[in-house]
Amino acid sequence: MGQIEAVGAGKRVALFATCVNEAMFPGTPKAVVQVLERLGCTVEFPSEQTCCGQVFSNSGYYDETLPLIHNYLRAFEGYDYIVTPSGSCTGSVRDQHPMLARRTGDADLVARVDAIVARTYDLPEFLVDVLGVTDVGAYFPHRVTYHPTCHSLRITKVGDKPYRLLEAVRGIEIVDLEDADRCCGFGGTFSMKNPDVSVAMAADKARHVGDTEAEFLVAGDNSCLLNIGGVLARQNSGTKPIHLAEILASVEPTLTGAQR
Amino acid sequence: MTDTQTTPDASPTGPRPLKLVTQNNHGRARLTPAPPEGELIDSPPFPEAARRELGLPVQRTNLRHAMTAIRTKRADVVAELDNWEDLRAAGAAIKDDVVRHLDRYLVQLEESLTRAGTVVHWARDAAEANRIVVDLVKERLVDEPYQEVVKVKSMATQEIELNEALEDAGVAAWETDLAELIAQLGHDRPSHILVPAIHRNRGEVREIFTTEMGNYGKPAPADLDSQPVNLANASREHLREKFMRAHVAISGANFAVADSGTLCVVESEGNGRMCLTLADTLISVVGIEKVVPTFADLEVFLQLLPRSSTAERMNPYTSLWTGPTDGDGPQDMHVVLVDNGRTNVLADPVGRDALRCIRCSACLNVCPVYEKVGGHAYGSVYPGPIGAVLTPQLRGTASSVDRSLPFASSLCGACNEVCPVKIPLAELLVHMRHKVVESKKADPLVSAKGLGLHAEPALMKSASWLFSDGRRWSAALGAEATVGGKVLGRVTDHFGPLPWPLSKWTNARDVPMVPDETFRHWFEHRGDRPDAKGREHLASEEGDAR
Amino acid sequence: MSENSSARDAVLGRIREALADVPADEPKTSQWTYGRPTAMPDVLDRFVERVADYEATVVRLHDGSDDAIGRALVEGLATIGVHDVVVPPGLPQPWRQAIADAGVEVVDDDPPLSRERLNAIGGVVTAARVGAAESGTIMLDHAADQGRRALTLVPDVHVCVVRADQVVSDVPEAVERLQDSVAQRRPITWVSGPSATSDIELKRVEGVHGPRTLYVIVAGRP
Repeated sequence: MGQIEAVGAGKRVALFATCVNEAMFPGTPKAVVQVLERLGCTVEFPSEQTCCGQVFSNSGYYDETLPLIHNYLRAFEGYDYIVTPSGSCTGSVRDQHPMLARRTGDADLVARVDAIVARTYDLPEFLVDVLGVTDVGAYFPHRVTYHPTCHSLRITKVGDKPYRLLEAVRGIEIVDLEDADRCCGFGGTFSMKNPDVSVAMAADKARHVGDTEAEFLVAGDNSCLLNIGGVLARQNSGTKPIHLAEILASVEPTLTGAQR
Repeated sequence: MTDTQTTPDASPTGPRPLKLVTQNNHGRARLTPAPPEGELIDSPPFPEAARRELGLPVQRTNLRHAMTAIRTKRADVVAELDNWEDLRAAGAAIKDDVVRHLDRYLVQLEESLTRAGTVVHWARDAAEANRIVVDLVKERLVDEPYQEVVKVKSMATQEIELNEALEDAGVAAWETDLAELIAQLGHDRPSHILVPAIHRNRGEVREIFTTEMGNYGKPAPADLDSQPVNLANASREHLREKFMRAHVAISGANFAVADSGTLCVVESEGNGRMCLTLADTLISVVGIEKVVPTFADLEVFLQLLPRSSTAERMNPYTSLWTGPTDGDGPQDMHVVLVDNGRTNVLADPVGRDALRCIRCSACLNVCPVYEKVGGHAYGSVYPGPIGAVLTPQLRGTASSVDRSLPFASSLCGACNEVCPVKIPLAELLVHMRHKVVESKKADPLVSAKGLGLHAEPALMKSASWLFSDGRRWSAALGAEATVGGKVLGRVTDHFGPLPWPLSKWTNARDVPMVPDETFRHWFEHRGDRPDAKGREHLASEEGDAR
Repeated sequence: MSENSSARDAVLGRIREALADVPADEPKTSQWTYGRPTAMPDVLDRFVERVADYEATVVRLHDGSDDAIGRALVEGLATIGVHDVVVPPGLPQPWRQAIADAGVEVVDDDPPLSRERLNAIGGVVTAARVGAAESGTIMLDHAADQGRRALTLVPDVHVCVVRADQVVSDVPEAVERLQDSVAQRRPITWVSGPSATSDIELKRVEGVHGPRTLYVIVAGRP
């Protein structure tokens, strides 16, 4: 690193960690903080934040989602940039918050939701589109394969941005994943309501991941990684799941750093 | 066959040379092979049926091969057209216009059909449609030795279970599409909109043909092998005698053109043309949503449909007819316009998007859930994503299978991308989930029998309360260390199997240990940490343990 | 009130009730422009390529004269090995004559043959109405030079002459050309290759109920 420009200087960013990451994967939001601060952003963590609500809305519990939409507004309304390490939660804010706001018929709520949606970014979008970088100074000398995740791909539509960020990582070797765009079978409550089908889908994904002989499976969503990683771990696979943000946070060791 | 018998000649309708067969027909003497016993609507809920289907290894292999092949083929033929997205937008807009002004277009269609010499009938439901068709057929077969009709593959007639109504009336309905023939002779139900026998492989088809063809007409050749070309030939030979003597044919329609009164049937094998051309009477059973406004609109749909369905630039045969033609084909033409629940769909301003469907089955072919379980798990003639949104709208959500269908999806959204008329299937699935949830809330008894998690509405309500305030959530997480981290400590990376209901997850997957420090605590105190400004690479430390 | 008219009123009534939220005069939203040609380097080349892709035999004949077509028909029938053909009443006389002169038995569908008789005949020779290049489709409107629909369906071999000036780029132009036929309420059949099925393991097999052999002569210059 060293030559990384502070392209984020002067940008005040609110981190939306997401409930799954707060409860199970704190390393991922930590990594987002590290990457964004390295690029010069000022990162804040509004402590009012909780959950995007998709477990409710996607299960058909519309009334139960509304308080979470209001809470999202309370937590993030003062920020120009809200960044989250989850394609799925970004998608939920972007697609379902406006849909549910409109159902209430409350024009003020619709306007507020629409405004905040426009300022909510999945991490790769913020890095590539807003900060205009693909090289964030990361170093990760490993063989990895990338699972694009359905909601990143089809709802949030991050396209090839995560891939471009990965390609710019020093030392990395990226191998293609067969049927990469096929669902891993997680689907939120789907994995609980239809466990047999979910496991059959996850097994396919894990098989394709195994075929890559990668050391790490990368994705932009920890829930999908939890699902695939669960099968991989049960199979004692050599491939470990890792969130994209954690690869981007990883830097080349320095003498002082190595003493840690 | 020892267990077949000839019908007595003294039948009230005169000589009937068709045999009554009891073999494999649940002990009943029938003209046509019996489908599986029981009603589709009484099927088990999707998760249960899915488990049953997942236990069929041959079917799983058949489905994986077929679905993988057709997905690739579709992507290739779609990529050939520069204006595919324009076509999809046009298809959606045209069908949307039809759906939103259906009364007007139906009246126009009726006028055009009548002007062209076709008799138009209306049916509120399946029973009425069946009664109309059975009456028309019986009248026309009064003096005929063969009490039978030949059928073009039609989802509408499957939906109303016309074949069984005809069987009950003493008329044999012969399916003539190869896959439908396989399903019919196999005492099976179709499992796919386009390729109803997709769950069968060549060996199984050979077995079905060898065992069953002779019971219902010309037997399969004694030396029939399982080469698809020879199996197709066997069907040609078996059906040809039926086409040669056909008096009445029954079809559906892919499109019914309002301005010209033209009906359109899209097919591959020529069995459709045989039925549409050789019979004296043609009865077309058409769902009321099949209308397109103008003949010119076919330029859009006849590009969208074949590429989306069979993944071809064009299907081998498309028949378009505008009433009877002197000296060519049936002179007696009828159309039965069927509602059968479609107006229920129409009454839901969100759900009515599903009526744009042109039955291409592209959404089935890309669906990872369908690929695993096949069509029988859906308990409906309409499987896959479109079935999961359409069936509970057509039939309502009173049955346990219909309540389970909107949840038969991981919401991956692959279907949205391929639908040629841009039905927002994932959004409609969520919409239907909402309808099911609302009905559960309204009826606690339903909720108790419901969707697997008995206490789900209450659980969701308390979780919503927890997540609607950052302080509650923060307290739940723990101030410094997570609750789980405090209780369990970091003794291992993963949990193995856990008790129910978590066993639903951990029967096949490990779960990572709960982290010990909360992110919130780290964030507030990160100034003092060595890793605050970027984590230096140490391979052993990548990621959280998952 | 008859049962049918009460069913009609009931269904239309339900529809109107269901659509109470929809303004009757809302504008159409489709942006589609009809009948546009599809750009391609050479329409006839594309047509020949795409028809051949369906495992049909395609012969390109630059000389579009009746003599040349007659010779090509004779050659085609000999290649396939057809000894008797049915022809529609309006097939151009020189074509019919050439076939007969070559020793192939020509049966006129005039008066119309029974289905059994048709089923026993080796092949059929017809003209066409439109060809669509991009999709490789031949469109028949069953005029006198193509004959009634059963003619091109029951015999196992279909030899079809498509004139170069009948070939258009793609489906939109073709549908536009068929407007006259539909206005006259002619039946229309689109043929894209020989009869086929993919119903067993999605393996395409040519030839089920319709003609298993499709032999196309593309005659003349555009």
